[in-house]
Amino acid sequence: MAFYLAFKEVWRNKGRFALIAAVVALITVLVLFIAALAEGLASANREYIEKLNGELLVFQANTQLSTAASRIGRSRVAELRRVEGVEAVGQVGFSTAKLVPPGGDEINVAFIGVEPGMPGEPEVFAGQQLERSRGNNVIVDEGVIVRLGVQVGDLIRLKVTRGTREEFYDLTVVGLTDRRQYFFQPAVFAPIVTWDNIRADGGQPGGELVSNIAVVKLRNPDEIERMKRRIEAEVKDVEVADKKTAWEALPGYTAQQSTLSTQQFFTFFIGVLVVGGFFQIQTLQKVAQIGMLKAIGLSNWTVGLTAFAQIIIVNALGVAVGAAGTLALTANFPVTVPIVLTGATALAAVLALLAIGPLGGIVSVVALLRIEPLRALGMAQ
Amino acid sequence: MIGLEAINVTKVYGAGATAVTAVNDVSLSVRRGEFVALVGPSGSGKTTMLAMLAGLLRPSAGQIFIAGQDIGRMSETQRTRFRGRYIGFAFQSNNLVPYLTALENVELLLRLNGKLDRNGRERARDLLVRLGLGERLHNRPNQLSGGQQQRVAIARALIHEPEVVLADEPTASLDTERAHQVVQTFAELIHEQNRAGIMVTHDLRMCKYVDRVIQMMDGKVSRVITDRREILRLAGAADELDGHPPSVNGKPALAGDPLAILQGV
Repeated sequence: MAFYLAFKEVWRNKGRFALIAAVVALITVLVLFIAALAEGLASANREYIEKLNGELLVFQANTQLSTAASRIGRSRVAELRRVEGVEAVGQVGFSTAKLVPPGGDEINVAFIGVEPGMPGEPEVFAGQQLERSRGNNVIVDEGVIVRLGVQVGDLIRLKVTRGTREEFYDLTVVGLTDRRQYFFQPAVFAPIVTWDNIRADGGQPGGELVSNIAVVKLRNPDEIERMKRRIEAEVKDVEVADKKTAWEALPGYTAQQSTLSTQQFFTFFIGVLVVGGFFQIQTLQKVAQIGMLKAIGLSNWTVGLTAFAQIIIVNALGVAVGAAGTLALTANFPVTVPIVLTGATALAAVLALLAIGPLGGIVSVVALLRIEPLRALGMAQ
Repeated sequence: MIGLEAINVTKVYGAGATAVTAVNDVSLSVRRGEFVALVGPSGSGKTTMLAMLAGLLRPSAGQIFIAGQDIGRMSETQRTRFRGRYIGFAFQSNNLVPYLTALENVELLLRLNGKLDRNGRERARDLLVRLGLGERLHNRPNQLSGGQQQRVAIARALIHEPEVVLADEPTASLDTERAHQVVQTFAELIHEQNRAGIMVTHDLRMCKYVDRVIQMMDGKVSRVITDRREILRLAGAADELDGHPPSVNGKPALAGDPLAILQGV
């Protein structure tokens, strides 16, 4: 009975219910877009760190886990390698440079120095890993590949401004890796010595090779907490962080994510209010009709279930349309737009959106249950 | 056979100094096949009485029996189910579900009682045809005139073969001609199908179709009219006494059985 009435009412008032479903659909698009943007921005920021083939990142002490402020020298790396339980340590240095494509616009890239064969060097899916600490060979990530269309064996030209002088370096692409953006920039990976020679403020003569951080791979990856304490105890002047802590310390990362999740929450909340308002107004308009239905023998349960079923139908329809639309849209977005709709985030958002109706509708369903059948006689107690 | 019986029914609203007695110790009964009008000025307690007879309002004192069951003793849920099964309703307005067609509105009561089979559908259709709505079966209420809507309501009130049929000012929004049509058909069907019918009305002209008029005043029954001449006089249709036989639609009018009518007044 309830489903019969719910279906008939929605079907015979298609326009009105389509309107509210459309509102739900738009809210769905908005929530999913914000989710995708949050995910996209987050990964654009942290991708490289997230995919590191090590468990711990070692920073200079008192740098608040800032990769830019931290300096780790060769001697420190040697000490790290001696700590019991450490499998391998790789120096990683971060810098920026411009890629100069032939005849195109320059592209800002993260120019990252890594030790060949050590943690920090990305795995290639085509070509080869870096072989020597010297040599003008680089691995580029997917961000560079799609922007430049480079292949293994191509030469790329890197521009670095040293002082006020522009210097150009031609490097051979030996390997391609998946997306490893760092700080919103596609990444170029060079052997650490080459990196040190090329980077804007590198190559100080005489000193030891200095990088920003060291990446530590543990013999037992389950011992992260214990190893973190052990390294901090045995090696002077370092701070150790797991990957998540490290990327959350990236400048602006947490602020950005919390801003986006606040937006998401408010959009969701607006959805609850809009749907709730719609059904509440409907309920108020239907007081006489509901009183009549209860008088002629429809139970409270039937009346409530009817309204609830309608809310679910309209809500689900809106979310389905909105989600399908968002998927179609994001599938066709250029890689330069930081929109990433992962299954998990999308699913979480969709589940939350499916709760919009029931949450918003509670008030109106309760109001429906309170209507007295006496209303049918124009009376009320 | 008694369809409905109210025994010493009282309804008091509020309590203490502000208490108002809307219905004061009223007894009445309506047999099956009998159509009774409940009339009286506003504030006389007739609507409150109807609400109690309909199982929409619990009496403060007294008993109401329909189909042998005391509806005053039922729980809210039981009364709701009871109304759907044993009582047919026609209201003043907002009678019909706006998003259902005329036929679906009538079928609703069969659906509610689990009787929406082939036979039930056929009866619903036939009844609407009988009420002159054969062309309007699949129209929604907003495509029907006020008179047509009330006729659909009458069909709905009768389709599930209830013990008692109650009408609250069924002609309030109709013009004279349609009002007469509607009540006349209603009376016909109540007699034909052997239901106990009660109509609350302030339009005394409609009394000419009923078998008995119960007049209320200040919460009490002030007068019961069973005499056909008296009823017609009250309805302002006394002239019909001479010109037409005292009948309701060709059938001899039922004069109320005085013994069954009054108790305790």
